[in-house]
Amino acid sequence: MAMLSFEKKYRVRGGTLVGGDLFDFWVGPFYVGFFGVTTIFFTVLGTLLILYGAALQGTFNVWTINIAPPDLSYGLAFAPIKEGGLWQLITICAIGAFVSWALRQAEISRKLGMGYHIPIAYGVAVFAYITLVVIRPLLMGAWGHGFPYGIFSHLDWVSNVGYQYLHFHYNPAHMIAISFFFATVLALSLHGALVLSALNPPKGEPVKTPEHENTFFRDLIGYSIGTLGIHRLGLFLALSAGFWSAVCIVISGPFWTRGWPEWWGWWLNLPIWS
Amino acid sequence: MSFTLKIVLAVLGALGVIVVVTSFERPPVNVVQVGQRGTAMELVTNPRRVAAQLPRHAVPEPTPPLDAAGQKASEVYENVQVLGDLDANAFTRLMIGITAWVSPEQGCNYCHNPENLASDEVYTKVVTRRMLQMTKTINASWQAHVGQTGVTCYTCHRGKPIPEAVWSTDPDPRRTRGIIASAAGQNIASPAVGMSSLPHDPFTPFLLRDEPIRVIGTRPLPHGNPATIMGAEWTYGLMFHFSAATGQNCTFCHNTQNFGKWESSTPQRVTAWHGIRMVRELNNSYVEPLRPLWAANPHGPPERGDATQSRLGPGGDPWKVNCSTCHLGANRPLLGRSMLADYPELNAVTLGPLRSASR
Repeated sequence: MAMLSFEKKYRVRGGTLVGGDLFDFWVGPFYVGFFGVTTIFFTVLGTLLILYGAALQGTFNVWTINIAPPDLSYGLAFAPIKEGGLWQLITICAIGAFVSWALRQAEISRKLGMGYHIPIAYGVAVFAYITLVVIRPLLMGAWGHGFPYGIFSHLDWVSNVGYQYLHFHYNPAHMIAISFFFATVLALSLHGALVLSALNPPKGEPVKTPEHENTFFRDLIGYSIGTLGIHRLGLFLALSAGFWSAVCIVISGPFWTRGWPEWWGWWLNLPIWS
Repeated sequence: MSFTLKIVLAVLGALGVIVVVTSFERPPVNVVQVGQRGTAMELVTNPRRVAAQLPRHAVPEPTPPLDAAGQKASEVYENVQVLGDLDANAFTRLMIGITAWVSPEQGCNYCHNPENLASDEVYTKVVTRRMLQMTKTINASWQAHVGQTGVTCYTCHRGKPIPEAVWSTDPDPRRTRGIIASAAGQNIASPAVGMSSLPHDPFTPFLLRDEPIRVIGTRPLPHGNPATIMGAEWTYGLMFHFSAATGQNCTFCHNTQNFGKWESSTPQRVTAWHGIRMVRELNNSYVEPLRPLWAANPHGPPERGDATQSRLGPGGDPWKVNCSTCHLGANRPLLGRSMLADYPELNAVTLGPLRSASR
């Protein structure tokens, strides 16, 4: 792939987290690095294990391939490969690949002298995944509490876990997470619309400036968060959505065993009206 | 930030911390897997909570059996209509049992005129006869639900003349006037539906009347599903009651991938299906027909003691049976211990028409 003339000067060596200049090079447009190698390793191994699992299952229909976690009876021990051990290995591979990817982002950030916002943001998604397949199973005492890897099967799992607590919409952290997801979409759509509106004036008019953008929102609601602020807000909203998603599942089971509507008893029993 | 604002925020924050710390449970929890791995067919319980509720499900010691008198109760006593086939001593032992199970504080006189034990003048004696027939019917005809464990008076009564968990038709409170007067039974945090805002009286349509519970279509869209979203809310409310009554979650009976599909449901769903029909029969054939007796004695018999609770609900209908009446939070009432085995006399109840019940 062709490289633009100015790109070379950003291709600085050093700044790696481990291994000195081992793998400190580019292949085409891609920075490799130690964690690029480990990403590839875990991704390929994990994918091959999924294909092996599909072969054992006897289907290559992408909708119905299902890599299920072990029975609860195995607790926190390793399970035989065909009885959930595969799920355990694939989980290790997935975490290895996701964490490698985050660290590769960190290395590139270091090379460029940037902040770590991107690996931290990505890390929140990885944290949510680890909450689901490691932290919650540890708290509940069995790897079998992880979710199965499969398109249909994980949806069935989500449904059943939700109904274990009767009505998941009453889960307070689920409420907060959903609110953040919607707020993220609202903020992104407003931001995108605002930028495009400034850049697409009527024919014959000059392109407008960020001052126009600020003025629009000051006229509309009396306040503009500003060009940098909207990105801080967007990052906060999006990461909060992921964070509270992780909270909403980790409290279901370890910290609440009954129907979620019943949790609101503290509200119904407030001395104000009870 | 002003000082006052800081104080207000600090107080709100402290209250929030208190709510979070006190409202949740904690690990370790107990989980039982009831389906194939990876399907999350699991029953989740808090072992500390389960242990705290154990006394609620304790079984009273049975009275030791008496030697046979050699004479039938109907030959020794007068006006023995449903227990006449019992040996006279077994009859006495059962009377002691019933007193301990139903009216331990009030004693024999809760049902009997002490001057004339054979008299039916205390209405509770007439009710008891019908209840004995009901018990026999449950044990003989509803084994699909009660199995060989069976039920006794104690399964529901637990030492109280009116069982602890009963229901009566709850009319929708009309909180205002006009088009928004009725919330269709919703938006009241009702214990009947697990403190959710689902319709608060799922019992009248499903456990008294025979309205359709199933709302999931059996054919793919767009061929139509006659059930309404409102109907689904009522069904959901009933299911919340099942959950509260048995202490289990939805996956005790259903694989939620398809609630209506029997092939992927658990065997417990079959038991529950029979239970729904059993409760309907109990309410329609045994409880409702006794309404005139309770209506005539809304505060109970003369020897009611402290049990002055009205014998009729706010709507004027009698207290009826739902799943909680027997289960009281346990998936098997009394944790599955059979009291019937110690009181086989209850299987000797005569099911024929009663002379005084028609009064």
